[in-house]
Amino acid sequence: MSDLTGLTLKAALDGLAAKSFSSEEITRAHLEAVEAARALNAYVVETPEKALDMARASDARRAKGEAGPLDGAPLGIKDLFCTEGVESTAASKILRGFKPTYESTVTSNLWRDGAVMLGKLNMDEFAMGSSNETSAWGPVANPWRAEGGNANLTPGGSSGGSAAAVAAELCLGATATDTGGSIRQPAAFTGTVGIKPTYGRCSRWGIVAFASSLDQAGPMARTVEDTAILLRSMCGHDPKDSTSLPVETPDFASFCGKSVKGLRVGIPKEYRVDGMPAEIEKLWEQGIAWLKEAGCEIVEVSLPHTKYALPAYYIIAPAEASSNLARYDGMRYGLRVDGANLTETYENTRAEGFGAEVKRRILIGTYVLSAGYYDAYYLKALKVRRRIADDFDQAWEKVDALLTPTAPSAAFALGQKSDDPVAMYLNDIFTVTVNLAGLPGMSVPAGLDAQGLPLGLQLIGRNLDEGTLFSLGSAIEKAADFKAKPKKWW
Amino acid sequence: MAIDAATVRKVARLARIAEPEDRLEPLAKELSGILNWIEQLNEVDTNGVEPMTTSVATTLPMRDDVVTDGGDPAKVLANAPKSAKDFFVVPKVVE
Repeated sequence: MSDLTGLTLKAALDGLAAKSFSSEEITRAHLEAVEAARALNAYVVETPEKALDMARASDARRAKGEAGPLDGAPLGIKDLFCTEGVESTAASKILRGFKPTYESTVTSNLWRDGAVMLGKLNMDEFAMGSSNETSAWGPVANPWRAEGGNANLTPGGSSGGSAAAVAAELCLGATATDTGGSIRQPAAFTGTVGIKPTYGRCSRWGIVAFASSLDQAGPMARTVEDTAILLRSMCGHDPKDSTSLPVETPDFASFCGKSVKGLRVGIPKEYRVDGMPAEIEKLWEQGIAWLKEAGCEIVEVSLPHTKYALPAYYIIAPAEASSNLARYDGMRYGLRVDGANLTETYENTRAEGFGAEVKRRILIGTYVLSAGYYDAYYLKALKVRRRIADDFDQAWEKVDALLTPTAPSAAFALGQKSDDPVAMYLNDIFTVTVNLAGLPGMSVPAGLDAQGLPLGLQLIGRNLDEGTLFSLGSAIEKAADFKAKPKKWW
Repeated sequence: MAIDAATVRKVARLARIAEPEDRLEPLAKELSGILNWIEQLNEVDTNGVEPMTTSVATTLPMRDDVVTDGGDPAKVLANAPKSAKDFFVVPKVVE
């Protein structure tokens, strides 16, 4: 749209600080870009008036010398975050029209630091999906298309709107959430950077719950440093979330560009899965070579229970979801579809309000938690989860971080996998282990495939060691010199 | 383990989701497919393994047992499908 939308968050903050342009100017430029990009379906709610109010207030703060770390920067917010007075639906019909009377902790932290909200970003319904196709408001189109093709591709999921908006320069950065890969897989599919921090870094308060022991918020942006700046503002202890960690938030950006010499990076052999495209294998080798050149020591490691992570996840996540989503009963908020009696009202409300994938997961979750199956499925999955976490603990005795591909393929066509749940679930094969163990994981764009579509590499770190990921991530970013942008067709 | 239509009916009832009769068979097939794939967990030896219920071991913080919020029924009821005065209006619960 204009030069202002193409800036990195860091450059925009520097420009605002130097008074090269105002927040109102950069916010207007983004609002125009958002309006012109409706074909992508990335935003489900646009909040131009609120954005301009926030931008003017930011300019006033800056004039008084009171600017915060994100002051004046326009951001997009995943629709899973409750935003006061602004419709927050989690892309579900059951929450149509729901306007929270409170603000999520993570978004409160962003506004505290001066950020400006452009609107709410599309996603898979209740964050359940890997392609954005389960959204009640229609799928998001990936700004990237295969070379010479004009078919719409998925931006990934569940944070597909966040990924598409960042890639198409419809915001300087976005919030996202990651339960099984929902930040990292869309980042890989759109040539953007995304990090899921350690479980407990970001408060979950005010984020619509999917699977509470796995859900974690994180940022998406166009550079590693930009995600570091955003993450610092998003994190922090919150007494309203009992799993929020009472730890200091480091200056994550200070780790970007730091030497990675001497760091030991593990290559888990179990991630070389059958049928992995040769291009992804090649990219992985390339990533190993880059880190070697930067002075890292490369160590082969074994995470023997990797293949069991996805099936364990598809017991644990639906079990937690079936419990969390019991609150949508049509009584206190959201949709109500009346029936002949109370039970029928519940059943009709939930039948009409939830989409097919959400119902499928609630049914699986209810089944694995039901009498007679609890031990065989749910308890078994929790034990396997422990085995997976133990694998990582053993790896940390030998290495400081792990390098893997982010996703087993590049972005695929909308509709290509929507008929086969298990094929869709396999998208998260490289990302889901991290959620089960609670570890931080980052996806960095590393190259293009033969069709000109972006591919990402994933870095996994120890608990609370996001700093190492930011150092390694910026080393890969520098070596990859990923400058490609999607050709504008929208 | 294969799930049949009767099991789907029972589970849907437990989950309070109305599923029409003609959806029970297709759902049984779908869910069986997913559960068959999940069965591979049985290959993992989990003897003596403690179930993992949280990913980050930490003690729950304590706070004083005081009221920190509330007293705003209008906010609580703002999104209610039906309300009257300061109450939610719900279908009759006791026949």
